[in-house]
Amino acid sequence: MKASRLPLLVTALVLLFLHAPLVVLVVNSFNASRFGGSWESFTFKWYEKLWEADEIWESMLITLQVATCATLAAVFLGTLAALALHRHRSWLKTTHQTLVTLPLALPDILMGMSLLAMFVALGVETGMLTLWIAHTTFCLSYVTMVVLARLQDFDFTLLDAARDLGASRWQAVRRVLLPLLLPGILAGGLLAFTLSIDDYVITFFVSGPGTTTLPLRVASMMKTSRSLPMINALSTLMIASTFLLATVSFRLQRRNRRA
Amino acid sequence: MPKPNRQEFIFTLPSLGWLILFFAFPGLLTLTLAFHVSDLRGGVAQEWTLETVLALADPVYLPMIWRTLWISTLTTASCLALALPMSWHLAKLTPRWRNALLLLVILPFLTNFLIRIFAWRSLLHPEGPVKQILLWLHVVKEETLLLNNASAVLLVMIYTQLPFAILPLYAAAEKFDFRLIDAARDLGASGWQAFRRVFLPGVRQGILSAGLIVFVCSLGQYVIPQFIGGTADELLGNKIVQRAFSDRNLPLACALAGALLLAVLAMGTLAKLLFKERSSSCLAKRTDTP
Repeated sequence: MKASRLPLLVTALVLLFLHAPLVVLVVNSFNASRFGGSWESFTFKWYEKLWEADEIWESMLITLQVATCATLAAVFLGTLAALALHRHRSWLKTTHQTLVTLPLALPDILMGMSLLAMFVALGVETGMLTLWIAHTTFCLSYVTMVVLARLQDFDFTLLDAARDLGASRWQAVRRVLLPLLLPGILAGGLLAFTLSIDDYVITFFVSGPGTTTLPLRVASMMKTSRSLPMINALSTLMIASTFLLATVSFRLQRRNRRA
Repeated sequence: MPKPNRQEFIFTLPSLGWLILFFAFPGLLTLTLAFHVSDLRGGVAQEWTLETVLALADPVYLPMIWRTLWISTLTTASCLALALPMSWHLAKLTPRWRNALLLLVILPFLTNFLIRIFAWRSLLHPEGPVKQILLWLHVVKEETLLLNNASAVLLVMIYTQLPFAILPLYAAAEKFDFRLIDAARDLGASGWQAFRRVFLPGVRQGILSAGLIVFVCSLGQYVIPQFIGGTADELLGNKIVQRAFSDRNLPLACALAGALLLAVLAMGTLAKLLFKERSSSCLAKRTDTP
């Protein structure tokens, strides 16, 4: 009785399918040919053009500002939410849990559309503030889930032990709970940061004039064929930073699980 | 159920308040705006009316809704077909390999959504590598267009949704006891029978949640049809965007989005009820047999 090789084959093909387009993109960013159908010669000229494209760096700055502010807010709200959801079992928890998990289960377009509807109805100008609100809202659920997963492994008797040994409630939280929870909080924060930088679907609805984030910029560049090779170069840089952030986040989560 | 105490209120209120203000309230507002019409300046008129909701019955929406449904169904079926054998394989690997492969699944998924779409656009471009390879293999003719059609949309939908199917299915397969497969094989089942009659029922919760996630996410897609499909491949999401931005008809956009919201919530509730019923009937069966 031989085990079938089909699952192995499918796994290999799926991984190839997932990564091949990205590999081609990275390779083509060094290709002198404009469309990348064939290899012409090795070049850095697309990176040079990218370096000179001021509007891209402006967008990058806006993206980083929004991502930083949204991550900070989402980490604060999400960590509190995770602690509340983990510790309590009341009707309040049930409502809270539904509202935290629902954004993960709905198509993103609905969050974008409903936030836009609210901002229009209330007469709020779209811009940095609306971007920050939207990004914090969709990051909040992800941070809560990541921190909650870490809390599941946390031994709450450690807090009682700290209190028995004379620590004040605040000292127990600051010196015992937070350090042990930190890898989870950092991993949640990194995930929020990555999601915020990447978001197009929701950002499209709530950004205003002057707040063109990087994904929005890429979208408008995709419409003109002149700047296509520049997107290859930009994509390569973004893929590299995403891989770096994700690997760090993955390590953090696993180390915490082992501890 | 116990009553919440002061500590719970303090920890719950910040995020609960935020979600009520910026998630629940906008959602409800979307539903109520559907009962208004837009005024001439692109705002929303005060009067309550059924006009906008009735406009959804317009036959122009029918082919678009049909297309959204079948593309989402095909995407879901393909993702499940690829993710099932893969989750089987991942679950049987040593933890070291398993973590490495899981990271490989997650990485493209974390890469910028738009960049992944852009990658496919350049791959399928008339001058791009896929066309060149297929021409060389004599699979396609010079004039065949790989981009701007429904198959291209479907392909890229599968590409972007696949990790959403793999991760929940893997989580279910990891808990599956593979000795059951050995037992089935010992009792004379073929490999395919063991997969279909033992593995599939064993991971059915994973199948249900993976299928639901992929299907629901596909229903709201608008970016992929916009960049990969032609004008004939527009989905419900594209209509929402057009009504909100090109036509500046916010109530109609809200009505479409509200219909999607209600459909998704109904599906979620149905899946939950279905699963509860099935697991409780299983439990009943188990307690019946000594």
